[in-house]
Amino acid sequence: MKFQFESIADFIAMNGHGPYVWASYAITFAVLVFLLVSPLLQKKAFVKQQQKQQKLAQASDIASGSVE
Amino acid sequence: MAWQWFHRLGSPRWFYEKTTPWLPWLATLSIALIVTAAVWGLAFAPADFKQGNSYRIIYIHVPAAFLALAGYYIMAISGAVGLIWKMKLPFMVMKSAAPIGALLTFVSLVTGSIWGKPTWGTWWEWDARITSMLILFFLYLGMIALQQAFQHRDTADKASAVLALVGMVNIPIIYKSVDWWNTLHQPATIKFTSKSSIDPSMLYPLLMMVIGFYCFYALVLLLNTRVEILRRENRTQWVNDLVSAINKRA
Repeated sequence: MKFQFESIADFIAMNGHGPYVWASYAITFAVLVFLLVSPLLQKKAFVKQQQKQQKLAQASDIASGSVE
Repeated sequence: MAWQWFHRLGSPRWFYEKTTPWLPWLATLSIALIVTAAVWGLAFAPADFKQGNSYRIIYIHVPAAFLALAGYYIMAISGAVGLIWKMKLPFMVMKSAAPIGALLTFVSLVTGSIWGKPTWGTWWEWDARITSMLILFFLYLGMIALQQAFQHRDTADKASAVLALVGMVNIPIIYKSVDWWNTLHQPATIKFTSKSSIDPSMLYPLLMMVIGFYCFYALVLLLNTRVEILRRENRTQWVNDLVSAINKRA
């Protein structure tokens, strides 16, 4: 197995096909990163919201005297 | 007894807890495979004798298209299981599969379009393969829209499951489109029943990328399903405990 290009500049240019190839890879990797990050952010947001509700519930328990 | 595993599979909590240890493995495996295959395909695989370097787009175009189709099966089958056995979990999987499938179909359409320009001299052609993939994209979008169109969770799930099943008609059309019609799109490169029309030096990085995409898909589908489980079970004790545990760790 060997590197198929003469130089790094040659690798980037890809005989004139560079813009097509690199654009395709860039778009694909952007989508993959989005797919991975978005559920992680959603989970974070969910946990944050639940914690807020737990605190509210505790506060109302204390206010109503059900918890000492 | 024999059916116990099947009913457990219907339990969102069991599923959530069972899949937790899988996540780091799937993440490591999919990132390693995708990065290695990308470097291999971009720099070390030989150039195509006809298409030159533009063919290197195959290493992402084909895996994305594979997963766009496989994702549709997963979505439709989970919808069917949810409808038949009235289980909650399959509907959550079905809902999570829709946006992932839509994005992967989008990637295969866009990369195909970019590949088409230097190869066919056009960005777009109303060719049978391309048009049927566009319909797949719209089916996925329809699933996302339908999920949000109903007030009641149950109604939304049942309606989208029916849409997913009806949309299955499109899948064999996509597969066979390159054989049934005289298309601009090239016929299948990888064949399971006969010899592939691609040299091993180009095939191995492609297979590696396909496996990497499958692992990545599994990871992302799990992550999305797990968030959906938390949202739908947010009033249960186990989710409450889970949230407090995260709170304590932080």
